Amino acid sequence: MSEPRGAVLTGEHFMNGDVAAAEGALAVGCTFFAGYPITPATEVAERMSERMPDVEGIFIQMEDEIASMGAILGASWAGRKSMTSTSGPGFSLMMENLGLGVMTETPCVLVNVQRGGPSTGLPTLVGQQDMMQARWGSHGDYEIIALCPNSPQECFDLTIDAFNLSETYRLPVLVMSDEVVGHMTEKVVIPPEDQIARIERRITDAAPADYLPYQPEENLVPLMVAAGQGYRIHVTGLTHDERGYPEVVAPVQQRMVPRLIEKIRKNAEQIIRYESDGIAEAEVVVVCYGITSRVAQLAVEMARQQGRRVGLLRLIVAWPFPERVIRELATRIKGFVVPEINLGQMVYEVERCAAGRARTIHVPHAGGAVHDPETILARIEEASS
Amino acid sequence: MRREIRITGFGGQGIVLAGYVLGKAASVYDHKSATLVQSYGPEARGSACAAQVVVADEPIHYPYVRGQEILVAMSQEGYDSWTEELIDGGVLLYDQDLVDAGTPPAQASFVASVPATRTAEKMGRRMAANIVMLGFLVGCTGLVEVEALREAVRTSVPAGTEDFNLSALEQGLQYAAEAVAAKGGPAKAADI
Repeated sequence: MSEPRGAVLTGEHFMNGDVAAAEGALAVGCTFFAGYPITPATEVAERMSERMPDVEGIFIQMEDEIASMGAILGASWAGRKSMTSTSGPGFSLMMENLGLGVMTETPCVLVNVQRGGPSTGLPTLVGQQDMMQARWGSHGDYEIIALCPNSPQECFDLTIDAFNLSETYRLPVLVMSDEVVGHMTEKVVIPPEDQIARIERRITDAAPADYLPYQPEENLVPLMVAAGQGYRIHVTGLTHDERGYPEVVAPVQQRMVPRLIEKIRKNAEQIIRYESDGIAEAEVVVVCYGITSRVAQLAVEMARQQGRRVGLLRLIVAWPFPERVIRELATRIKGFVVPEINLGQMVYEVERCAAGRARTIHVPHAGGAVHDPETILARIEEASS
Repeated sequence: MRREIRITGFGGQGIVLAGYVLGKAASVYDHKSATLVQSYGPEARGSACAAQVVVADEPIHYPYVRGQEILVAMSQEGYDSWTEELIDGGVLLYDQDLVDAGTPPAQASFVASVPATRTAEKMGRRMAANIVMLGFLVGCTGLVEVEALREAVRTSVPAGTEDFNLSALEQGLQYAAEAVAAKGGPAKAADI
């Protein structure tokens, strides 16, 4: 047996995005992974299976993705930071238990390395076709947080952020990677352990008799306990009261479920993150995320060489959607160009926020490859003319 | 300066590992930026396989080969599929026992071959053919510092095989030195 390597592999690595996501999880304190292998996310699980013994953590290869999602919810309630990873069909199978995680306010992280669909689709090839499923894929009303890395470094960094957001707001957080970012290899710098931001679970200090597991704090998020700490807890997907007991009546639904949405909406400005380049002077802004942002950057540079005033707005957090900046830009630019490897998803959010004040031009791609930069350039030219 | 390299062959030849070692040498040990993207079929071994490596002094946004400046062919299929894509002034390197090159492409400024697989077989492990080729590639083109390449090989191959692989690398570098001497100088970077 080799020596355990510890949770944080400080140093410079040449690493693919999937492996980097696994390392980010370990660095922030994840000690439980349950999953089912699926291309192009398998390397996340593979890395976790190698590394969990280093942190005395648990890796389970489950029978399927339904069980995987269930297992990480259970592990979270046992006090662990937990994660799963999947792609395409597996993401669909996780939707029901994702909703259970939202309803029971269970911190955990789901990495989806997007491939082309529908169905089994393009197992080894890229897509960005699960963006709306990330937002709406489970039934009922809810809000979600989804992050979009565009490099292996960001797979590391944003997986850390995903855990911290999941602990802060008590919900499953999605890392919406894609096949190219997941399989691309680049330098990843892992900082010293004391420079990794770790948000730990907020545990009640109330006496067991006084503790109400679903009584929210001021930020609308309730404090948590772990099973085995001596508190009575009841966790159910049914509409429940502050004690966690099922109360399947309209007044309790009205009291409890809107809060699941409000805890994200009212904190949206703290959660939303985007990167912008040249939007202050722009007359056209390219809105993009994931691998497509790196293709779009080249198209933007080509357009600038033609003398066009083009900006780039990259979504780092896709959900909640950065409504305010799109609304503000729409009042002063000619148009948005939205390239994505799908036939129309995030573009509808841009269009909704632009509300007719600026043109919104989609640059679709059915999947299996990234855009040609020239295709995006042509739509930038159209938007600026 | 942006350099774009495509390494082609079959699954099982270590094509992606060759790209990995090159990219690691550039980005971790030679203070450059590098990206590696790979394409492969559903089969683990025997299907066509290619690694695209971009090495640059500045950050790399677009990680794919747009102007194929350097082609490394370790299979006939890889050679046949990608030779025409070479840009003017491009560099073509291939395994002379696996590729029948015929007439070299007119646009190439530097064409050279190496018995990478035969050399590795003579050393006792055919699996090291990719490392021989990597030495040949860097020796002919100067893509990264040789010491950075050695360090990347040392830290990327299975424990216990470091010395063997470093010897394979030296063999490739030696073949490259001969090719460079025969041509009167190393391959020059083409304008991409």
